[in-house]
Amino acid sequence: MRQISYRQAVLEALTEEMERDERVVLIGEDVGAAGGVFGQTRGLYERFGAKRVIDTPISESAIVGLTVGAAMAGLRPVVEIMFGDFITLGMDQLVNQAAKIHWMSNGQFRVPLVLRTSVGTGSSTGPQHSQALHAWCAHVPGLKVVFPSAAADAKALLKAAVRDDSPVVFFEDRASYAVKGPVPEGELIAPLGRAAVVRRGRDISLIAVGRCVGIALAAAELLRQENVEAEVLDVRTLSPLDVSGLADSVRRTSRALVLDQGSRRGGLAAEIAQTLSEQVFDWLDAPVERLAAADHPVPFAPALEQAVLPGAREVRSHVLRMLGRKETP
Amino acid sequence: MAPSAQVLGISAGSTAIPDTVTRDEAVSLYACMVLVRAFEEKVRRLHAAGRVPGLPHLCTGQEAVAAGVCAALQKTDWIASTHRGHGHCLAKGADPAQMMAEILGRATGYAGGRGGSMHIFDAENANLGTNGIVGGGVPLAVGAALASTRLHPGRIAACFFGDGAMNQGVVLECFNMAALWQLPVLLVCEHNGYGEYTASDDVTAGRLQDRGEAFGLPTRDIDGMDVMNVWAEARQAAERARAGGGPTLLICRAWRYSGHHASDRQDYKDDEETRQWLARDPLLQQRHLLQRDHGVDARELDDVLAQAEARIEAATRSALTAPEPDPALNSLRVHA
Repeated sequence: MRQISYRQAVLEALTEEMERDERVVLIGEDVGAAGGVFGQTRGLYERFGAKRVIDTPISESAIVGLTVGAAMAGLRPVVEIMFGDFITLGMDQLVNQAAKIHWMSNGQFRVPLVLRTSVGTGSSTGPQHSQALHAWCAHVPGLKVVFPSAAADAKALLKAAVRDDSPVVFFEDRASYAVKGPVPEGELIAPLGRAAVVRRGRDISLIAVGRCVGIALAAAELLRQENVEAEVLDVRTLSPLDVSGLADSVRRTSRALVLDQGSRRGGLAAEIAQTLSEQVFDWLDAPVERLAAADHPVPFAPALEQAVLPGAREVRSHVLRMLGRKETP
Repeated sequence: MAPSAQVLGISAGSTAIPDTVTRDEAVSLYACMVLVRAFEEKVRRLHAAGRVPGLPHLCTGQEAVAAGVCAALQKTDWIASTHRGHGHCLAKGADPAQMMAEILGRATGYAGGRGGSMHIFDAENANLGTNGIVGGGVPLAVGAALASTRLHPGRIAACFFGDGAMNQGVVLECFNMAALWQLPVLLVCEHNGYGEYTASDDVTAGRLQDRGEAFGLPTRDIDGMDVMNVWAEARQAAERARAGGGPTLLICRAWRYSGHHASDRQDYKDDEETRQWLARDPLLQQRHLLQRDHGVDARELDDVLAQAEARIEAATRSALTAPEPDPALNSLRVHA
């Protein structure tokens, strides 16, 4: 199968959806003539023109707000907020308007908008350009929240998000943009709200969000050397959460460790862990545990920044402890 | 005699009022204002009697802005409203019975009681909703105007907001984009002099009209107590927007008879100033104009009033007898 980058997968999804439906417009800072700061919209301005690929001033609040109005009036806007940290500037529009309008109007209006944003550590962008605030969004009723970890899902889920009639916040991991993965040619779409089992195993479920999926897969390789077979799940859609998919896995393995790219306190890992405790308590051989980004701002210096997320070896140690196994040094 | 606009610091009357105004047009503007006044008076009384949950924000005194602007719009033109939005909704064609039911929290309301006074949506009349966030409707209308340029050229949008919203960053961001992209939108500032309990002058630097002009927005400073004036200015702005000539900022000076909300006693207002504004009541002014310039007699005007009151009475009866909404339905339509 062909291998394309996560960035290319995003670009293909946008291109195909814009070809398919002329109500789809792109809007954001540098998305047009510049082709996107990270190259995710390269060539779209030339292909679809300024009427459909709209460069904006640096006004995140109004960008998000006016796309809500545009969506209510019949467009299907895909808005890009360059860094995930900047969604805070559009949060009133997202939380008080976009998320609630379909419900508040008792179904009279729909807000079919996708807000794409990029998050993640690893490039020394510092404390105001590296957070992953997906848990904030998942906390708000009315928003759907998607966070693909692999190129194929980036394409398939973005296409589904564009076709969804609800506001969808779509998190992309910046460090993954250049990473290639297998993506079949032709139409590729995956339903929102389903987790994916990306590696089968019988001893423990590693339930991971975003970049943590890669970390979990690396940890599973290390664990195999200890004769531990870890199952790895990619949560993919954070809201609505695929509770039954996650629970099915944990019923098979009887243990779960949740790994999240966002901060630990009040985060998504806690939400998933507690949900599983309620759903599959009788199947559990140990409490559900979690590993997540440290509860401090993301530092700048590479030596500091690399410690924010747990690494594969840390995950391996944690799993062995949960299994009551001694670590081989 | 009523104090002149000049005394109140309002710019001189508009030169935009055409000579061709028909009797029917002038009566219909009056009828719209009367309907809004009757509705708001009913809400005020129901609230005083403890029948209205929460705190409704009444637009009594500002009827001319709602009536004048909406008369310049088509049914398919978008509006986005404010927390003080009953008048905008009615003027755009909303059904008073469904509005009253929503305000009373009943199942037959526009949103089945989910939103109340601050969240009245009326898709049939292209009403993007009243809004609980100060300035919240502005990006919605600007976005709807953007959508119109792509999907329905010739369709325009109007948003209402108070002088308080002029200090919200997102509103100024929207002015920039509306002007930059020459979007077909009427930016209607209802300048009633107060943001909640605080005088606008106490918290606002510079002149509001300068903010429009800074973005290159054609900006009009309008006597918002004179419905003919508001209507004429809004018609000019609407025609320009429809023809691709871009947005206009209409600053309509009016007076909020009621407080910020229905329980606000307004101790912070000067009684003499209030008296002067009351003497320029938009309904009274239009009544005089109809009698003087269009030969409408008092009996016909009283009939208009009686019809409005009867319509609001019927709406209220239907709302008060409507069932309470069912909480079992609360989790429906969280997602589209």
